[in-house]
Amino acid sequence: MLRQIEGSRAVAEVVSMCRPEVVCAYPISPQTHIIEAVGRKVKSGELAPCEFINVESEFAAMSVSIGASAAGARAYTATASQGLLFMIEAVFNAAGLGLPIVMTLANRAIGAPINIWNDHSDAMAVRDSGWVQLFAETNQDAADLHIQAFRLAEEVSLPVMVCMDGYVLTHAVERVDLPGQQEVDSFLPPYVPRQVLDPSEPVSIGAMVGPEAFEEVRYLAHVRQLQALELIPEVAGEFAEHFGRPAGGFVRPYRTEGAETIVVAMGSVLGTIKDTVDALREKGTAVGVLGITSFRPFPGAALRDGLAGAKRVVVVEKAFSIGFGGVLSTDVAMALTGLSIPVSTVVAGLGGRPIMGKSLAAVFVDADHGRLGELTFLDLRKDLIDKELARMADRRRSGPTAENVLRDAQSVLPSLT
Amino acid sequence: MTDDAPAIARAVGTGARTTPGDSPVGQPVKFYQVGSFAAGNRLLDEAHRSVQSTLGRTNSLTSGHRACQGCGEALGARYALDAAMRAAQGRMAVVNATGCLEVFSTPYPETSWQIPWLHSLFGNAPAVATGVAAAYRAKGRDDVRVVGQAGDGGTVDIGFGCLSGMFERNDDVLFICYDNEAYMNTGVQRSGATPPGARTATTEAIGREPGNPFGQGKDMPRLAMAHQIPYVATATVAELHDLEAKVEKAMSLRGARYIHLFVPCPLGWGSAPHDTIRLARLVKECGLFPVFEAEHGEVTSVSKIRRQVPVEDYLRLQTRYRHLFGSSEPGGSEGRPDIVERIQRIADANIRRLGLLDETLDEGPPPDGSGGGLSDRAAAGVL
Repeated sequence: MLRQIEGSRAVAEVVSMCRPEVVCAYPISPQTHIIEAVGRKVKSGELAPCEFINVESEFAAMSVSIGASAAGARAYTATASQGLLFMIEAVFNAAGLGLPIVMTLANRAIGAPINIWNDHSDAMAVRDSGWVQLFAETNQDAADLHIQAFRLAEEVSLPVMVCMDGYVLTHAVERVDLPGQQEVDSFLPPYVPRQVLDPSEPVSIGAMVGPEAFEEVRYLAHVRQLQALELIPEVAGEFAEHFGRPAGGFVRPYRTEGAETIVVAMGSVLGTIKDTVDALREKGTAVGVLGITSFRPFPGAALRDGLAGAKRVVVVEKAFSIGFGGVLSTDVAMALTGLSIPVSTVVAGLGGRPIMGKSLAAVFVDADHGRLGELTFLDLRKDLIDKELARMADRRRSGPTAENVLRDAQSVLPSLT
Repeated sequence: MTDDAPAIARAVGTGARTTPGDSPVGQPVKFYQVGSFAAGNRLLDEAHRSVQSTLGRTNSLTSGHRACQGCGEALGARYALDAAMRAAQGRMAVVNATGCLEVFSTPYPETSWQIPWLHSLFGNAPAVATGVAAAYRAKGRDDVRVVGQAGDGGTVDIGFGCLSGMFERNDDVLFICYDNEAYMNTGVQRSGATPPGARTATTEAIGREPGNPFGQGKDMPRLAMAHQIPYVATATVAELHDLEAKVEKAMSLRGARYIHLFVPCPLGWGSAPHDTIRLARLVKECGLFPVFEAEHGEVTSVSKIRRQVPVEDYLRLQTRYRHLFGSSEPGGSEGRPDIVERIQRIADANIRRLGLLDETLDEGPPPDGSGGGLSDRAAAGVL
């Protein structure tokens, strides 16, 4: 059914239709609307049986989910940013134990400096945790990916994180085609755990493993990710057949035919990138787009196929590894090993900085002319940087950097917009 | 899961041994000491016998694990969990925090647990237990009971946030703290439950205030009581009937329940393994560890001291307090009788506040005017 609905509410509707049995809530912006809406459904009795637990921290939210999943319940929670970092020990633990928890990550920057706006630093911080990480481009995507997430998680016994851009998606009201309960029920069978705390068949879960077997256990976690790699296109195919629209999968090409430059990105920025590419194509620039939906497991082969025809690749990413450079672009470069296709990294949109089509167009044109460097920070204000560097060179006690830069940005220099 | 409760009780009652992934293999209950009062007073009449003295006990934590000789925690866990299993009619799951109990019981691929057992992390056992209980509730299996357990570090320090949350929500979990007063698994470092004066690897017996400082530490039973949960009790491994009775009482209630069990650690305390029970008896009889019960924030019963002993009798059996006592050798240290005296004052304050000796019942409030700590740790803060 088509509805004009906020992204968070759409996700809450769909998650409820997936019949989670235990849902944990701890508030952090911009995830709150999702969990509030699920909570209303539980309290009103619309979603039952379901235990909705207001926990005291994100660490507890993931820990309660671990217990619930190990006892055989379908468990769901949502978080963002600092919340994800606060639960990170349990995030790794859930994957290590092979518990199919589904979590929405409303992508948000990580402090300090504290910042509530969108980027992908949080998701990148847990890319090695063993979770499947799916990225939504639109709110329709976000809704659809959650249904697939429960299927995937439970089939391969791995936790799945659905990443959706904070505010850009979570708080955007747009048209979403929501499925009916029966449609979801016939796509998502009840959860049958591989391991469960069952008094009639007692097992020990979470035993200590020493050097004699740890590598094997870890390798098996990798094998499960590889199984997920097989399953993702299957589930996406089934989903398309069942719900009558495509969603999920590995990658989504857009106007890549004959493209000399292909732009790779994840999440909602793909919309702006596609608009920019449309405009450039009008002018005859041979640019295309490849959006990545599955970041973990990383679809290396699909990416290689999708990019093999390009002369160069530009990765636009909302995160970077400080002291090194791109995170996603490192993975993309690995996928292109041996193809001698140069990969440029464009770091953009950190802490909610708007990614403007005009700025992207300039970067893509530079790339097309072969003059884009390895690492570019989009719309970086050099004036602010230089001023703080000068201040630091001038005196030892130059003060807190973030406050200095903010003061300069607000009072001394013209504002960004 | 099945609803076949008698079958479950039988399966666990005969000592089903499980290995991860394997099916249970029966292991009969064995009594190694015959004709003595060991294994829970089998020579008493039936009504007074302990769960441990029955062939029907679960052996929740069965033999073959790697606890040290004289480990109070292993003993306490077996008694507590077997009593809980009997109360739960065999339908129970346990969540274990990281620590000695977790490590010595599950060296991969072996396990000593004959009950459903889950270990996640050091600091989250109470929250994981909440999740397990929520899952059973959602599945309509309220008959399956949940126990969380941790050492003192996993309870009063790193797990405190999750424990407080579980208490505050009154989640249906019995949480047991096996208190050996320091981080033993990592090599005897100080915790928020380490008593004043005690030497640990991070509170060495050197300097002007050797050992753990006075005026620190958490009074966990009282903190639990402050959450107004249905039941809080303290116990020691010297009084195992009492422990079983308290577990049974806890299991008869729903909501958040807390048992704080005093478990000597020969390795960490520098005590003889054969002194574990003796130490557990002395700590109560000297007044340093009050044994009591509380319901909804109010103390409902205290276990009286039968014969008060000086704290020195308790302290001298442990090398963690060796620096407090002089050496008889020529040129040896004079010890720190002043510190022993301060510890004695803590014990006296506990006795006074909880009326642990009959003759102290009518005394007024403590001279320092504080509201009254319940244990040595709280008292340490006001002395």
